[in-house]
Amino acid sequence: MSFPVALRAKTIIMVPLIVLFGSTGNILLSRGMKQLGAVRFASAMDLVRLFMRIFSSGWIWMGIGGLLLFLGCFMVVLSWADYSYVAPAAATVYAVVPLVGHFLLGEKVAPLHWVGILIICVGVGLVGHTTPSTTRQQ
Amino acid sequence: MTIRTAIFLAITVLANTGGEIAVTRAMKDIGEVKNFELAALFAVLGRAFRSRWMWLAIGLLAVGFFSLLTLLSWADVSFVIPATAFSYVVGGLGAKFLLGERLSPARWAGIVLVSVGVALVCAG
Repeated sequence: MSFPVALRAKTIIMVPLIVLFGSTGNILLSRGMKQLGAVRFASAMDLVRLFMRIFSSGWIWMGIGGLLLFLGCFMVVLSWADYSYVAPAAATVYAVVPLVGHFLLGEKVAPLHWVGILIICVGVGLVGHTTPSTTRQQ
Repeated sequence: MTIRTAIFLAITVLANTGGEIAVTRAMKDIGEVKNFELAALFAVLGRAFRSRWMWLAIGLLAVGFFSLLTLLSWADVSFVIPATAFSYVVGGLGAKFLLGERLSPARWAGIVLVSVGVALVCAG
């Protein structure tokens, strides 16, 4: 089954947006939580204080915003593309987050994780070469 | 791995994958999004939340989330998160049998590689 050029183009634009917003959302949330420091619960008031601190953090709100944009893009792409195409392609987030952590935040990436990143890229490359929608009516 | 861990792992994977498949079903019912103006996108969102598939999705994703939290209360995160990477393969099966997608050998190979890669990246 042929896949219209316009739909392929939309998919090629939207999938990187899913990865961009998913990665950015996770990184911003992680940064916000690290700024809060280690979480300790001694009483119910500790939990209330933690929530107050979480939701007064600009980083966390930006992270939530990123993840909402991720969800919106994910839903929009699923309106025309296969779930079995979009879900593995969105897994690029798992490769991008440690790469950003390594190159921008100076975090150490273990050798096993480098192997995982490489395998994800090969897997996403394979899925990316298949037809994005196999259920579309012509 | 104990029986309790296996049961909660299965609930987490099945509920999360089922939730995403229900979202897909809701979006397929709405049809291809062609207008990317903000008002049109909000209209799509409004239609999505009037779909019973979307509410089923929200319910299943909530079950998956709380099942994961419960699992993490006794199992190591370095075991739980890589183990849930198996959900890509379960998602492939769900897409084939519940959504009628036709998965080529190349797509299956990609899905399996992504599962293995995510498991390795998430391994502690």
